[in-house]
Amino acid sequence: MATKARSAEGSQDTTGDGVRRRDFLNVAAVSFAGVGTVAALAPLIVQMSPSADVLALASTEVDISKVQPGQGIKISWRKQPVFVRNLTPKEIAEANAVPLSELRDPQSLAERTKPGKPNWLITLGVCTHLGCVPLGIGEGENRGPYGGYFCPCHGSMYDTAARIRQGPAPKNLEVPDYKFTSPTTVEIGAKG
Amino acid sequence: MSFSWAKPYEPKHPAMKWLDERLPIPRLVYGATGPGYPVPRNLNFFWNFGVLAAIFLGIQIITGIVLAMHFYATTDGAFNSVNQLIMRDVNAGWLLRYAHMNGASFFFLVTYIHIFRGLYYGSYKPPRELVWMLGLVIYLLMMATGFMGYVLPWGQMSYWGAQVITGFFSAFPIVGEPIRIWLLGGYAPDQAALTRFFSLHYLLPFVIAAVVILHIWALHIPGSGNPTGVDVKDEKDTLPFHPFYTAKDGWFAAVVLLVYALVTFYAPNYLGHPDNYIPANPLATPAHIVPEWYFWPFYAILRSFTIGFILPAKLWGVLAMFGSILLLFFLPWLDKSPVRSGNYRPVFKRFFWLLVIDVIILGYVGGAPLNWWRTALGQAASAYYFLHFLVILPLVSAFETPDPLPNSITDSVLHGETAEAAPAGKRRASRGSVATAG
Repeated sequence: MATKARSAEGSQDTTGDGVRRRDFLNVAAVSFAGVGTVAALAPLIVQMSPSADVLALASTEVDISKVQPGQGIKISWRKQPVFVRNLTPKEIAEANAVPLSELRDPQSLAERTKPGKPNWLITLGVCTHLGCVPLGIGEGENRGPYGGYFCPCHGSMYDTAARIRQGPAPKNLEVPDYKFTSPTTVEIGAKG
Repeated sequence: MSFSWAKPYEPKHPAMKWLDERLPIPRLVYGATGPGYPVPRNLNFFWNFGVLAAIFLGIQIITGIVLAMHFYATTDGAFNSVNQLIMRDVNAGWLLRYAHMNGASFFFLVTYIHIFRGLYYGSYKPPRELVWMLGLVIYLLMMATGFMGYVLPWGQMSYWGAQVITGFFSAFPIVGEPIRIWLLGGYAPDQAALTRFFSLHYLLPFVIAAVVILHIWALHIPGSGNPTGVDVKDEKDTLPFHPFYTAKDGWFAAVVLLVYALVTFYAPNYLGHPDNYIPANPLATPAHIVPEWYFWPFYAILRSFTIGFILPAKLWGVLAMFGSILLLFFLPWLDKSPVRSGNYRPVFKRFFWLLVIDVIILGYVGGAPLNWWRTALGQAASAYYFLHFLVILPLVSAFETPDPLPNSITDSVLHGETAEAAPAGKRRASRGSVATAG
């Protein structure tokens, strides 16, 4: 309002549309300071993201030659547990017998393993509910009614392809990026 | 101050006069907690809990600063610095640690009583809406501080608490997982998370202290409420804060600190979990993970969603848990009844006690291992919690006929004995009974 009142007095620095040079300078100066402040926030935000030393642990090699059918091992990748399981033919058959339409997060065993290696089921050992480590990879642990994994925190049950079947978890156990660097070595975290 | 009869500050000592003219801090203290702050004369013991919360905040800040001098914020040093260095080697370290650990529980306990006091006596109603909302901000900050402090000893419960609570964020679609990784500075809780939690755990109590100042400032504009909910009318309805309420607060603080000392010395681990004396192991989750007791009701709400509809169950749980606190910000507009105090609201009073029972049930379910009937009980109690605030309160405030209110605070206290109703210090006879009526 004050702007209008003053420009009505006919001051010389008013352009045709009623905007004074001073208004323009004010807006430009405050905008410049605003953009600068936002830019100064950027380092404060990015410092929270995983640092180089954390990212350096992005891949890890596992020797799987000693894992017999029916056994599994738990390894640590990016400080998270990874389950490497050598499925028995019976477990593979059980996983393949389930119609995809019955699944909460439909995926076939073939989609969750590498071509030609349907017995090597490699998943994160992190329940997709709230991040507990499910039981079932160790010898004699409770595998739940579907023979895969059982999460003790809130009772999520996974089948032999580590797919969610019952309980609060929304997704199957996540399959990380990995590749076979040799028939008995897996590099977890590597694309391929 | 708000009331015209509040005594102005008149420094007697020349040094105080000198200071007051340059930096009026004595005037501020006098007006906030001294004779310059008139308080309703009829406050009951539920009005002591705000001061108690401030006392426990002070205890937490003092013990916390000292503990930080001995704590190592590293993943391989944190557990031992707490359980070996502080608990065994540092002189009086065990006392400071147990005092801090149980101080957190007592801080939450007195704050919960303080909040339920406000719910019963309508302390959230005009003109004190901002007092209420600032209090909720303090409570949210307390929850964040308490959670991050629990992570610091880096035991099993610390670690898995951090994993589960940061996991809440992964419930949000698309942005959730990147936010979780950003908050943790990694893919799972690790050094980066521990260090930043330590930094924030040290910072937030001072933020709480700042909001407490705003909370008290906002309170001192209309002045304290009282159990009748009737506004202060004149001087004989009030007593000066000092010496009346300083004495009462001091006496009650001594009682509560005695209980605090009993727990700290004789049952220091009663409220904790034995699993937190096992060092953090990122590869194995304890069989039964629960948060500290003061989060149990919210944990029960979180777990009560087992089936997804439209949104996944996990997201519903997280939204409901945050929503259960956020809806309290709208309480002044959900309960429109002009009568503040539950004492004069016969229907409201019954539902208030049902809510208390409901929250206790939620607390029980949240702390116990899940089975089918506890899940069902938790679901019913969660539903009732929201029903209370979103349906019952608005309906009760619309249809209830309140009981008649007393004419004034003095009337309600003295039951018609008007002879005793002269302002404090101006009594004719030395009866002495008015002074103790507060």
